[in-house]
Amino acid sequence: MKIPLKYTLRNFKSRRLTTAITVLGIALVVFVFAAVLMMAHGIQKTLVATGSQDNVIIARKSANGEISSIIVRSDYNTILTLPHIAKSSEGKPLISGETVVIINLPKRSGGLSNVCVRGVALEAFTLRPQVKIIEGRMFTAGAREIIVGSSIAKNFEGAGIGKTVEFGGNTWTIVGRFDGGGSAFDSEMWGDNDQLQDAFNRRGGYSTVTFKLDQPDAFNAFKAAFDREPRLQQFEPKPEQTFFAEQSENMTLFIRILGIFITIVFSFGSTIGAMITMYAAVANRTVEVGTLRALGFRRRSILSAFLSESLVIAFIGGVFGLLLASVLQFFSISMLNFQSFSELEFSFALSPSIIGWSMFFSLTMGLLGGFLPAVRAARLNIVNALRSA
Amino acid sequence: MPNTLIDIKNLFKSYWRDSIEIPVLNDITLEVHDGEFLALMGPSGSGKTTLLNLIAGIDRPSKGSLTVSGTNIADLGESALAKWRSQHVGFVFQFYNLLPVLTAFENVELPLLLTSLSKAERKKHVELVLDVVGLGDRMHHYPKQLSGGQEQRVAIARAIVTDPTLLVADEPTGDLDKHSAEEILVLLDRLNQEFKKTIVMVTHDPRAAERATIQRHLDKGELS
Repeated sequence: MKIPLKYTLRNFKSRRLTTAITVLGIALVVFVFAAVLMMAHGIQKTLVATGSQDNVIIARKSANGEISSIIVRSDYNTILTLPHIAKSSEGKPLISGETVVIINLPKRSGGLSNVCVRGVALEAFTLRPQVKIIEGRMFTAGAREIIVGSSIAKNFEGAGIGKTVEFGGNTWTIVGRFDGGGSAFDSEMWGDNDQLQDAFNRRGGYSTVTFKLDQPDAFNAFKAAFDREPRLQQFEPKPEQTFFAEQSENMTLFIRILGIFITIVFSFGSTIGAMITMYAAVANRTVEVGTLRALGFRRRSILSAFLSESLVIAFIGGVFGLLLASVLQFFSISMLNFQSFSELEFSFALSPSIIGWSMFFSLTMGLLGGFLPAVRAARLNIVNALRSA
Repeated sequence: MPNTLIDIKNLFKSYWRDSIEIPVLNDITLEVHDGEFLALMGPSGSGKTTLLNLIAGIDRPSKGSLTVSGTNIADLGESALAKWRSQHVGFVFQFYNLLPVLTAFENVELPLLLTSLSKAERKKHVELVLDVVGLGDRMHHYPKQLSGGQEQRVAIARAIVTDPTLLVADEPTGDLDKHSAEEILVLLDRLNQEFKKTIVMVTHDPRAAERATIQRHLDKGELS
């Protein structure tokens, strides 16, 4: 039978300070680890929320973002002939050819940053029901008016309703503010597609084309029809959610690799801290180990008692670190997504898998830190241990 | 004639320090019978604690035969020896060696965790032995809340709770005042007389040794 866990837990009381410092060290590393994963997950979540399951976006093959794609009007007209494009109650196809350009605006925090301006058809609002005007009004078709996402209104100078912004050689009036439901649209400005194409001299075509499927599971049937159309071979349709999820891949991968590398370096410190604490615990309790062994407890019982002590420290540190990290969910930050070259606001997002990985990381530190001291305790010679009384 | 519980024949024990062999016990032959109370006496460094450790199965002889309760414990492997100790030996140490974070009850319960007894059965056993040592009312106290004599009585309760074949006591009164020492000796005497426990005790104290039924002296590793 194992040495009772209460023996382990009560020993913490007798060395509160060293235990607390070790817990804190592990908690800080877990905090950084979880924060990095939460940041990457937040970006991913924001971009995935941007796409809808039953929308399809068509872009040029190998275009790694909307701004590097172009679809000329004749190709747009060919797309319109394909099956499985949903229609409105008036019989109009629910399709939006969209033009995406990047402009510079001054940030409230100082400096300029890139902002994505999207030229849309009115159908875009039917395609993205999460986008809702929350202040002011919708832009008027044919006018140089724009509406701004809530993050843009918050983070950029002069992005309030009634203000004007200069781009494309024209002055545009901000007439409304919309909420994108936590998607990347919150970090965009939307205007009339024809007006934007005029201003940027892009009358020839759109950046991408987005439409709603007539049935949620019709993507494969649509793709088969698309692939059979020889005039569209330089383009590729993707479910909108997949497309935007891919927009986050490079950035989140970069953040994860950098973050995990940094936290692994930090974790050496915490592991060594845990090791020192556990070596001190073994040294202070040598006689107790000798006594337990004399009473008949086996080496493996001693090993597991000290290992579980280290794991309990790591567990508490992990929980504490995660609690600290979970506070980050109340914060959102805005930064440049280097895949779309435009500003993106997102919140730190916690997920069950982040909790799982953080606890795994924390317990690994405890296991590595506690293993050698536990082996030392288990290998103590009974007579020598008892003599150190 | 009672059965031989401990049968030691031509036992040698030496330690190695920096490639120098230091003999500690030299050709020891000893028999202890069931129900005897043996006091091992001798000056410091005479090897009496070493002999006690060998009998208790926490050390191994260099040479010779060491049979306790019919088992040649020198032949047992590490795990088998640990199991053997848990079943056959109760330990009483000079400095009590109670675990400070556990209560008297929990300390006494420790050896029972190595048995298959249920929690309720363990509780019954622990309460019984704490009553035997006169500490039934202190079972939820921590060692630091007890006097030295009381701590040693808890240690004795821990030693007898599994009803072992043999009690080994290393200077059980060495850290106690005269009054407490007397209480412990009375208790050991009672365990021997009333409960028929075989006891091997190492002591410097002639008054403690007087309680034993047999006294043997060790000097420079040799038994007289």
